[in-house]
Amino acid sequence: MNDFAFHAPETLDEALGLLAQHGADAKVMAGGTSLTTLLKQSLIAPGHIVSLHRVRECAAIEASDGVIRIGGLATQRDVELSPVVKERAPLLAEAYRRVATVRIRNVATVGGGVAQADPAMDPPPSLLILGASVVAKSARGERVIPIGEVYADYYETTLEPDEIVTELRVPAQPSGAAWTYIKYLPRTEDDYATVSVAAIGRAEGGSVADVRVALGAVAPTAIRASVVEDALVGQPATSDALREASQAVSEIVDPTDDPRGSAWYKRDMSVVFTRRALEQVLGLA
Amino acid sequence: MTTTPVRQSVTVTVNGQEYVREVPTYRTLVDFIRYDLGLTGTKEACSVGVCGACTIELDGRIAASCITLAARADGATITTIEGVADGDNLHPVQEAFINHGGFQCGACTPGQIMAAKALLETNPSPTEPEIKEWMMGNLCRCTGYYQIIESIQAAAEAK
Ligand SMILES: Cc1cc2nc3c(=O)[nH]c(=O)nc-3n(C[C@H](O)[C@H](O)[C@H](O)COP(=O)(O)OP(=O)(O)OC[C@H]3O[C@@H](n4cnc5c(N)ncnc54)[C@H](O)[C@@H]3O)c2cc1C
Ligand code: FES
Ligand code: FES
Repeated sequence: MNDFAFHAPETLDEALGLLAQHGADAKVMAGGTSLTTLLKQSLIAPGHIVSLHRVRECAAIEASDGVIRIGGLATQRDVELSPVVKERAPLLAEAYRRVATVRIRNVATVGGGVAQADPAMDPPPSLLILGASVVAKSARGERVIPIGEVYADYYETTLEPDEIVTELRVPAQPSGAAWTYIKYLPRTEDDYATVSVAAIGRAEGGSVADVRVALGAVAPTAIRASVVEDALVGQPATSDALREASQAVSEIVDPTDDPRGSAWYKRDMSVVFTRRALEQVLGLA
Repeated sequence: MTTTPVRQSVTVTVNGQEYVREVPTYRTLVDFIRYDLGLTGTKEACSVGVCGACTIELDGRIAASCITLAARADGATITTIEGVADGDNLHPVQEAFINHGGFQCGACTPGQIMAAKALLETNPSPTEPEIKEWMMGNLCRCTGYYQIIESIQAAAEAK
């Protein structure tokens, strides 16, 4: 590991000040579950680490006006267990529950997960279809960014080096709609997904009244399958319609070969698991 | 690595005892526990958070000490495998692992015990699927897992 100065500010403002002072030579550390490995493998070599472990702000999970506000420093385990999240967005509680193992979720934070932006992570597809936004603060001010505009590429976001994710704002799930999160794991239970699909849907009088679908692990970022949604809304909810609509995801995914599967396999499985997710949320499973 | 590492004072309470050490900022918590504190019960295997060998309790929750910086644990309360028994009286989870063959080489065992103990503190009578889900982050190359599950079930019953 390279040498670095370690800062342990007590407040968010102090942390933002340190980031402003050290610019691109500083890295913020939350749980450290990804960052420590990057440091150990010398994949990054910042001169300054600004650790947030002493900061007591930004860890609450609350809801008001149909929006859940999750502090950027809340742990992923906190989200999984939160009665507020379980009641208003059970899909999100389930997505966080599927992250790694309890040992990691105990420490990994919501903000760290957003900033790490690995497309194979579990929360992103659900955050996309729930219409989440990210509050990012810096000494320069505050921005509220739709989650889809945060993810830019593999492990890349549009967050600036001096910004800290202080909050995730997630609109409550539509009541009366069914939901599912499928994490396809052909290797081991604690792995990252080979393909993941989050979906919300509601059929009414045999037609698709509402449907939202997003996929993880099959493109440089998690992706919303708008082509599938557009093809189905207002149409009869039949097995054939879902099968046909699911085919369209093979055009929007852009997977790579890796130990979790070849690109062609992931493309095929994207179609299969999109169809299964749609069947589940539209009452055809 | 530079020749004059930036050093950091770290104060921790481990198994009820306070320690103060000055270490390089890049020191991982597992190395700190093993080499700076001399508590070698905690093992390091994968070094990337996957295998569970380095599992400790950090401020009341299990964590992977291989992907935690020692500096980040400054001020923390930690329990390692050495702090699990009460003097000569083994913890029920330790007893159960012995009585039910929950280990062979023992390399993974400190981590298994720390994880199993935390499970039973969260959920005193877990079902088999709950045991499997909680323990999936603790790999073992010898035992074949069945006896680990049996050991945890026995510890739950013994409590
Ligand atoms: C063994 C293992 C298995 C895993 N498996 C899964 C899995 O199955 N599914 C899954 O979804 N994820 C998985 N993960 C990834 C895990 O979700 C991330 O490591 C975690 O979300 C990162 O959070 P952290 O708080 O530890 O961030 P850190 O490691 O502290 O930081 C990660 C990045 O985010 C930046 N950062 C941290 N906090 C903030 C903030 N508040 N604002 C701005 N930037 C910030 C850091 O500078 C760094 O670039 C796994 C990780 C490990 C180690
Ligand atoms: S050595 Fe820490 S999890 Fe494997
Ligand atoms: S007992 Fe040998 S690795 Fe588990």
